[in-house]
Amino acid sequence: MNARIIKLFAFIGVTFAVLVGFTSYWTVFDANNLKNERVNKRPLFEAQKIKRGRILASDGTVIARSVAKGSGPSLRYVRRYPEGGTYGHPIGYSFVEYGNSEFEAYHNSELIGDENEFSSIFDELRGKDPEGDDVFTSIDPNAQATAFSLLGDQPGAVVAIEPSTGAIKAMVSVPPFDPNSVPTDFSALNQDPGAPMVNRVTQGQYPPGSTFKLVTATAALDSGAITPDDTINAPGSIQIQGHPLANDFDQDFGDINVTTALTNSVNTYFAQLGEKIGTGTLEEYMDRFGFNQKPQLDLPDGQMSLSGVFDNGTLLTGDDAIDVGRLAIGQERLLATPIQMAEVAAAIANDGDLMRPQIWSEVRDPDGRTVKKMDPEKQSDVMSEQTAEELTSAMKDVVNEGTGTAAALSGVDVAGKTGTAEIPDVERCNGLPNQAWFIGFAPADDPQIAVAATVECTEGQGGTVAAPIAAGVMQTLLGE
Amino acid sequence: MSASRNRELLALVPVALLLTAGFAAVFAQNDNQLTNLSLSYGLYFLAICLATHIYIRIRLPNADPYLFPLMALLTAFGLVMLYRLDAEMGSELARDQANWFVLGLILFAVVIHFFRDYSVLERYRYTIALISLGLLMAPRLPVIGSQVNGAYLGISLGPISFQPAELAKIGIVIFLASYLREHRELLVVGARRFLGITFPPLKHLGPLLVVWGAAMFMLIFIRDLGSSLMFFAAFLALIYVATGRLSFVIIGMAMFLAGAWVIYHTVPHVTDRVDIWLDPYQDPSGAGYQILQSMFAMADGGLFGEGFAQAMVVIPGTDAPLLPAAQTDLIYTLITSELGLFGACAIIATYLLVAARGFKVALLANDGFSKLLATGLTTVFAFQAFVIIGGVTRVIPLTGVTLPLVSYGGSSILANFILLALLLLISDRARREAREGI
Repeated sequence: MNARIIKLFAFIGVTFAVLVGFTSYWTVFDANNLKNERVNKRPLFEAQKIKRGRILASDGTVIARSVAKGSGPSLRYVRRYPEGGTYGHPIGYSFVEYGNSEFEAYHNSELIGDENEFSSIFDELRGKDPEGDDVFTSIDPNAQATAFSLLGDQPGAVVAIEPSTGAIKAMVSVPPFDPNSVPTDFSALNQDPGAPMVNRVTQGQYPPGSTFKLVTATAALDSGAITPDDTINAPGSIQIQGHPLANDFDQDFGDINVTTALTNSVNTYFAQLGEKIGTGTLEEYMDRFGFNQKPQLDLPDGQMSLSGVFDNGTLLTGDDAIDVGRLAIGQERLLATPIQMAEVAAAIANDGDLMRPQIWSEVRDPDGRTVKKMDPEKQSDVMSEQTAEELTSAMKDVVNEGTGTAAALSGVDVAGKTGTAEIPDVERCNGLPNQAWFIGFAPADDPQIAVAATVECTEGQGGTVAAPIAAGVMQTLLGE
Repeated sequence: MSASRNRELLALVPVALLLTAGFAAVFAQNDNQLTNLSLSYGLYFLAICLATHIYIRIRLPNADPYLFPLMALLTAFGLVMLYRLDAEMGSELARDQANWFVLGLILFAVVIHFFRDYSVLERYRYTIALISLGLLMAPRLPVIGSQVNGAYLGISLGPISFQPAELAKIGIVIFLASYLREHRELLVVGARRFLGITFPPLKHLGPLLVVWGAAMFMLIFIRDLGSSLMFFAAFLALIYVATGRLSFVIIGMAMFLAGAWVIYHTVPHVTDRVDIWLDPYQDPSGAGYQILQSMFAMADGGLFGEGFAQAMVVIPGTDAPLLPAAQTDLIYTLITSELGLFGACAIIATYLLVAARGFKVALLANDGFSKLLATGLTTVFAFQAFVIIGGVTRVIPLTGVTLPLVSYGGSSILANFILLALLLLISDRARREAREGI
């Protein structure tokens, strides 16, 4: 029997080896997959033990902070947003059950202190709980409040950029959401037909209407296709791609130059200009402005949308069949986000250089020492300084004597462009037909602030509805 | 033989070290949650170990020197983990377990005292078999029976709950050892070859069919694949050792698999258990929760583990379990999560060493009953460890048996110290006879 007992022992040894094999599979070989498993909440609970850093506005107003719950082994931190819905966009939320969104998601590694590996090891040795860094934003609380009060309950979006640095000064999307309510109302917020969880500044794709004529004018002037003095005959109505295209009230403008055309937003002028420069040149300048790619903002790619010409959700390129005459006036299936249109204004304001837009301004460790600061970065050379000057002077006329007079501020020259586009799916808006736009900057000669404001589902025009909102936000920011 | 006993005493030193280090580590982490008194459970445990050692020295001087320290090591491992759970949950599991340990050692002394001549057990083998089967069925009785996760493994009498399968496993091994000792010749001699496979004679195939039937019955009746597998594997191991016929084992295994396949398709609870084993993600917050959390916790452990008292067992800030039944079913997972793959290997190695010493006892024994009894007890102990570790690591479907001596639970401690007593009795006799030249 003894030989068989030894064989039995060997068999048991083999079965135990199988146990070792499976254990090493879960602990080592498959561990990363398991940690990334969607239903595995352990990494989130682990993160909850870390005191997440605060998020602050430009003046030090606390937008998000973590408060301790429980003690000892059950100690954990829960996120609080003292300002409620004011910064719901673009800050987002951070809750264990629902993950992180927007700014909270993009800056997660700084907020949980992942970047300073060494000091966290020392902290652990000293028995100190791990703590994340504070992240300051460039958002101005007064501008944020002004944008909210001017938009009121009209669905829409406002974004303000400092042209010389790309710093975001205001970002408002209406209807807003209060991140504090995410843990209790998550599914209700997501199912709300008003889509409060969507950041309209970065995710709202709207027909930009006549504001896009600035892009067409940039392409035409900067490529040398026209000079500021060249004129084109702009009758009340023309045929483009075999279909009639008309000015408002079929007004005939005769021979006009680009400044007059911008000031009066003349469709028949820009449609012919578009055909003159062609799809290739126009698409090249769109690319320079940042169209056809995700904004380079510090928000998760998944929460930003592209701007460009779409066919049933697919982005078209310069090689596709595009009606360039209608594209030139902001029609032809063209969709743009408010952040993209603000970048158009900011590039013109900054002598033709587009600065990469950024919400964060500074990271400080828990002891208040600066870890890093936002370094303004040029995203692209859009146009020459001369082109920018020519456009600025035309945009001043728009506000002084054209469609954008409602954006005028006393004592400050404002440069801008209005837009009123027909909403493609008008049923969504209960029959209200228009998407109203204003983009611009001030002071015109020494731009400190560039703004895009848009209102969804309105009977009003860009010049009547959107221009006053943009003006109010610029006034608030310039008054400081 | 005092040399053996001195080795036993020496082998208790690592146990003392593990326990001291473990308790100190847990206490240092949670000194605000734990009373100073709690540290004394460790001392209490070590004092009892020493007393037991002295008792063995007097009563069984020739017994195997490593079995007791190895089992004490497993108990100490369990005690540290329970102490660590107490620190988090404010329970008193470590104290209870230490008390059960004392009771287990009293029972150990009683068995050694009254069954010095354990061959009397052979005389009562049918009685023992009947009592064991009765114990296995008890959880299905009204009033005292209790169901956990669909399996019937426990009985509760007022505040005391008990897992009768723990005791039944010893009774069934005693019966099988005795029965096979008597009938093994017949099983071998009358065997016939058919289609290249050796079949036992039909009239002796009866008992094999009976045991197979019992295993299937258990599967349907108490619905626990794990314990049924454990019993049947111990039975096949004994048949193999007794007869040397591998064909019996293969036939037995084929019968078990065929039966299990039919039951899988007919008993819904078994179907669910197996389906969850094959794909736990189909119900990650329900039926698949426990096994998935087990895998996730092991992934956090990695090679070296997160350290004593570092793994998450409840959802932070709540009482909701993140490692359901961490003190029983998932204690191996908890060890793996905190001590890593290395800690897990240490546990498995300890069980393998127990098996090695147990089989060594069987090798040294002089008579058939002693050999088969030692083999059977060792096998059932080792397979129980395999069934639960295999369950939490998804080698086999997860079932509710305890990890011997490590999991929290009185019945497991009591039964395993009876098992140890029997092994030491066999060992003492064999080595005494060897020394006296019989």
